[in-house]
Amino acid sequence: MDSVSVSFTLNGEPQGLTVPPAERLLGTPRYRVGLTGTKEGCGEGECGACTVHLDGLPVNSCLVLTAQVRGQSVETVESRKPDTLEPFLAGGATQCGACTPGVVMAASWILEHPELLRTHNTRELMAGNLCRCTGYDGIVDSVTAALTRNRRA
Amino acid sequence: MSVLSPGTLGEALGILAKDHAATPLSGGTDLLVHWPVRLEAHERTYLDLSGVNELKAHTWTKRDLVLGGRTTYWDIVGDSQAAREFPLLVAAARVVGAIQIQTRGTWAGNIVNASPAADGVPALMAYGAVVVLESTAGREEVPLDRFYQGYKKMSRRPDQLIVAIRIPRRSYDVQVFQKVGSRRAQAITKVGLAITRSDLGWRVVANSVAPTVCRCHAVEHMLESKVPVSSPDGFFQGLERDISPIDDIRSTAEYRKIVLSRLIYFELRGACDWIT
Repeated sequence: MDSVSVSFTLNGEPQGLTVPPAERLLGTPRYRVGLTGTKEGCGEGECGACTVHLDGLPVNSCLVLTAQVRGQSVETVESRKPDTLEPFLAGGATQCGACTPGVVMAASWILEHPELLRTHNTRELMAGNLCRCTGYDGIVDSVTAALTRNRRA
Repeated sequence: MSVLSPGTLGEALGILAKDHAATPLSGGTDLLVHWPVRLEAHERTYLDLSGVNELKAHTWTKRDLVLGGRTTYWDIVGDSQAAREFPLLVAAARVVGAIQIQTRGTWAGNIVNASPAADGVPALMAYGAVVVLESTAGREEVPLDRFYQGYKKMSRRPDQLIVAIRIPRRSYDVQVFQKVGSRRAQAITKVGLAITRSDLGWRVVANSVAPTVCRCHAVEHMLESKVPVSSPDGFFQGLERDISPIDDIRSTAEYRKIVLSRLIYFELRGACDWIT
């Protein structure tokens, strides 16, 4: 089998693609659709740079085959409104930027589901996103600031 | 390489009955690690279970918690009943990788990947979990503590799929889970431990200290017989028979044995008056 046909939604848009069976979800938006926000860091599910939402849950797109997402909803960092980034810019939560798309996807999941903080803290929820610049305090402070902003809004 | 995507369990079992080399694939958190450079893995046939929805849900029956073949760690982390009745499952799930792994990784995958360091397996084994295998020839149940025969050797025929993991509902008065790794998240376990005590007695299960996750029968016997232990080294006499740790990139055999004996000692000292 040289290719498989897969239909899914990418950032709300229906996609019908024919891809090699070995293609990872990481590669499909990047190299087939032209959405290069999702980054590859480690390729082993440790760094979280490739984090996307699959049916609303954060996953490492380097560990998913595109052939597996038939009928599902995939969201990449491009789906997030620019103002999602505001707290990160204000808090200096981005340095080299390599981890930022994954960090934003993990953070936006927390912001969309503040009930997660009843059982988890921000650091545990973001433990799957490594920052090679080690800017963790800035990242966690920015998520906290964004949560506070949302509570007031 | 080919990826077969059945829509029902019946179709999936039909494929496995014909093609014994097909590798079941669900969360992919083990199978897809370093995928682009593992060219030999691209030669295989994969049975993608993503469309087999009947394997996804976990259910509570009067007697059991039944995990589906595709139930993920995150499914259990989010179940408040699991937190009350099987807190070790939730504790274990929360230290597997990080959230992005927990949302994809499955309990059944953790069992069949058969890593000695598997973090989900000690808790399951301590709760007396039973592996439910199914093929076109029928269903079979194998207690998890008899599922492994050696390193990566297990009681699953290639035509069988883990369709469920049955965990009997019992009451426990001692429940312990510990994982020692280089950090709290994203770490492969150097030494891990799960302990329970119910009407059926003690279960002590360790990971990363033998070719498979294993019950520590000699330590269990020490606890059943209330053998007095008065120092952290006191459990060595049991562990010498139960475990066979090795030196590797993550730790040493010596460290693993010493730390495991201390974990058992300090966790149980408050619960057992014969451990002083």
